[in-house]
Amino acid sequence: MFDWLQNIADYLVFRIFGLAEESHLAEALNFFIYDTVKIFILLFVIIFLMGIINSYFPVEKVRNFLSRNKLYGFEYLMASLFGVVTPFCSCSSIPLFIGFVKGGIPLGVTFSFLVTSPLVNEVAIGLFVGLFGLKVTLIYVVSGIFLGIVSGIILQKMKLEAYLTPWVKEVLLNAEKEQEKYKAEKLKFNQRLPIIWSEVLDILKGVLPYVIIGIAIGGLMHGFIPEGFFEQYMSKDNLFAVPISTVLAVPMYSNASGVLPIVQVLVEKGIPLGTAIAFMMGVVGLSLPEAMLLKKVMSYKLIGIFFGVVTLCIIISGYIFNIIF
Amino acid sequence: MSIRIKILGTGCPKCKITTKLVEEVVKEYNIDAEIIKVEDIMKIMDYNIMSTPAVVLNENIIFKGRVPSKAELVEILIK
Repeated sequence: MFDWLQNIADYLVFRIFGLAEESHLAEALNFFIYDTVKIFILLFVIIFLMGIINSYFPVEKVRNFLSRNKLYGFEYLMASLFGVVTPFCSCSSIPLFIGFVKGGIPLGVTFSFLVTSPLVNEVAIGLFVGLFGLKVTLIYVVSGIFLGIVSGIILQKMKLEAYLTPWVKEVLLNAEKEQEKYKAEKLKFNQRLPIIWSEVLDILKGVLPYVIIGIAIGGLMHGFIPEGFFEQYMSKDNLFAVPISTVLAVPMYSNASGVLPIVQVLVEKGIPLGTAIAFMMGVVGLSLPEAMLLKKVMSYKLIGIFFGVVTLCIIISGYIFNIIF
Repeated sequence: MSIRIKILGTGCPKCKITTKLVEEVVKEYNIDAEIIKVEDIMKIMDYNIMSTPAVVLNENIIFKGRVPSKAELVEILIK
């Protein structure tokens, strides 16, 4: 699909810049040009598609849907799926959390949403397709959704309402099933388009620097680190690799855009895919700044339990990935 | 009569852009308006919104969940 792009990259590097075909520099530069352009095309397409979906399913609608309908266990799946299409910004996680609580949605279901939303989003999907291909992307997306569902169900079983901060408990007491009917903006598609378009540009502009830096570092590593370099340190047989890399990743904060291109090169150089994905999920899904934000609605104990359960689920899925691949 | 514009947001970059935009429009068109930034999450939730930033004009939510364009702001605020 992207052969034409490889040809352009080859032409630029070998003809225009006149670099020798076997040199490290040429290889790194070629990789950089090819990857950057390819990833931007994919990001653009996927962010745009998600923007359209999201324009028709705003969070308020989602909340009312979850709050009104009896879903017999499917609410975890629904919350998780909605987490995928909703663009995630850590600054809106609190209003979202409270909005869900207000709508009488069980805490576990809200957690399902909170877990999947940052983990599987339009930027992560675009990067995954570009760097790892469709098959791995599909597995990542499905396991991200599954992770949300499982953590949500576990957290619901633990009955954690007592560990919310006092004012949230008050909101919980006054929760109403019948939310005021959401006044959806009745817009035609061509009226929505400019709004979606400007959001697409905003997101792209936001991730641009991270992706370029990520790919640049990846390109250098690609050109200079020998194949299979990491195999000796982090083989699949090393049972501690997954938990250690996950636990290291949790406090780190970065969006997927910066980490993924580097993770791809690490995998290429011999780190098992499952270990790398567990690391990535830890970086993207959980972070210290997010914990600080959640402090407003949860006690430290609840944040600890929440992070602990999700970390455990990530570690397990890391092992599963390593078995599959 | 002076109008009251509230900007609801917990201090994220998008909220700051929105505030700046509203201030710009108010100044440019000489609108008699009082601009209030609401950053307290508990007060924000009183408006029953789930995505920030939001712009509130005389207690009516006019935008939420996104940064409005300047043209949209001008159109609503000038009335």
